[in-house]
Amino acid sequence: MKILVCISNVPDTTTKITFTNDNTEFNTSGVQYIVNPYDEIALSRAIELTEGGKGTVTVINVGEAGNDPTIRKALAIGADDAVRVNAAPRDAYFVAKQIAEYAKDKDFNIILTGRESIDYNGNQVAAMVGEFLDIPSVSIIKKLDVDGDTATIEREIEGGKEVLTVSGKFIASCAEGVAEPKIPNMRGIMSARTKPLAVVDAVAIEEVTKVTKYETPAPRGTVKLIPADQTESLIGLLHSEAKVI
Amino acid sequence: MSVLVYVEQAEGKFKKSVFEAVSYAKAIADQQSTNLTAISIGDVADSELKELGKYGASKVLNVSADQLKTFVNQAYASVIAAAAEKEGADIVVLSNSFSGKGLAPRIAVKLKAGLADGAVELPSTDGKFSVKKTAFSGKAFAITELTSANKVIALNPNAFGVKENATDAAIAAFTADVKQSDLGTVIKEIVRATDKVSLPDAELVVSAGRGLKGPENWGMIEELAGLLGAATACSKPVSDADWRPHSEHVGQTGIAISPNLYIAIGISGAIQHLAGVSSSKVIVVINKDPEAPFFKVADYGIVGDAFEVVPKLIEALKAHKA
Repeated sequence: MKILVCISNVPDTTTKITFTNDNTEFNTSGVQYIVNPYDEIALSRAIELTEGGKGTVTVINVGEAGNDPTIRKALAIGADDAVRVNAAPRDAYFVAKQIAEYAKDKDFNIILTGRESIDYNGNQVAAMVGEFLDIPSVSIIKKLDVDGDTATIEREIEGGKEVLTVSGKFIASCAEGVAEPKIPNMRGIMSARTKPLAVVDAVAIEEVTKVTKYETPAPRGTVKLIPADQTESLIGLLHSEAKVI
Repeated sequence: MSVLVYVEQAEGKFKKSVFEAVSYAKAIADQQSTNLTAISIGDVADSELKELGKYGASKVLNVSADQLKTFVNQAYASVIAAAAEKEGADIVVLSNSFSGKGLAPRIAVKLKAGLADGAVELPSTDGKFSVKKTAFSGKAFAITELTSANKVIALNPNAFGVKENATDAAIAAFTADVKQSDLGTVIKEIVRATDKVSLPDAELVVSAGRGLKGPENWGMIEELAGLLGAATACSKPVSDADWRPHSEHVGQTGIAISPNLYIAIGISGAIQHLAGVSSSKVIVVINKDPEAPFFKVADYGIVGDAFEVVPKLIEALKAHKA
């Protein structure tokens, strides 16, 4: 079984998000980058599914050379090899096209991503790759089991879940529940240095979106504190002032 | 040129988030001085389809092929894209629901369209077609210009609201060829908790964190939520410890929500948690630590022990309802 896992290089979850250049660029100063947490879940499941000689896991990232430490982290967690498509990731459409171009003649049985990247929160790449490759895509999965050529998947829906099967090649985006994220051990970290990391060129594709500006949420006013023994006045405020109940 | 909105049905009914997507799509159609067509896939009665007219859909395409009775991501995307082409729709709108998140990217690729997902406002009309969408897990918004001729927009639930715009909806059957390769996924089972409010759609949410000390103490949270008609949610440490299911985890690595009211009980308010709830319209925080960071982003707060405050709040709410 050959599995391809798509990983994003994203700001650490504790990052305070600010912008520069008249709010047109993300301020990268002092930002620590990590493997997107959802992609780590996807990678961890891929490793579980291929453990004990049952297959191989390749990770792919679309980005510039600065992403290599993040890719090495994925190798340390346990991927066998890595590919970086050497281009700034313009938008999900661009990234998905690059991944599809790489994967189209490589015969991967399964392609996994995280449910979304924690920077642009698109949840677009998996389904776009599925469309470019004309294979089924399943978004936001909670569970993945593979038996021969058939996978059984649980997908989240509003207020519940859907259980479905898919035969043959597919791509899925993974959410919490698919696997516990694996933490690299010392052996993993040492071997990651020498595992193959191929760099390939990007293909051209038309531009369809462009971020022109960022905004941060408007600050809220000062909190109105209510004494703990006057819960009825909170109910009153929510009813008559905030008008939400 | 026209606008097409996909209306997702669940067991033959449309939810509020669908009427909201129709209202939003109608406002875009008005901006563009064109008509709004809706497309429904699956078994939906004409009386329910007619409801879409209330929010501005002048035409409803009804797809009821046997093989499309339950959700098949790939096939649904093909049918919606085919309808957009046939209707000459250059803007496709969907709700940013779990299924919508699977469909929108595929439709975008089929139509070579830019996709704005998690949209929170109407597109700008200053010459550029730009949509404000959530980014950095709620820590920011990205104004995203869709530079392609065709455009796909997935609207966040609770971002626009339901707006009535009475139109008489003409219902027409619609068929599109579905390739066998589009039917690769087969649904075996659908489990839906019908007695609970679904978290992503909820207008009111009661959420609790580690301050509750253990899963056995969630009775009062559920009672409070039940009285309010609210959904229940939790913080990451709580779902990590299996006190509550992952589907309840809101925050940067869980789900982002934007209810009208978010009540946080025993949650300190780490930056990752705040990211997922900061677009809530009103935030109430109950925490015994007056220094808890959550108070800084709250509208109303009570400094006190959850085990004392919540039962009192339940009593006060019962009195208010009586």
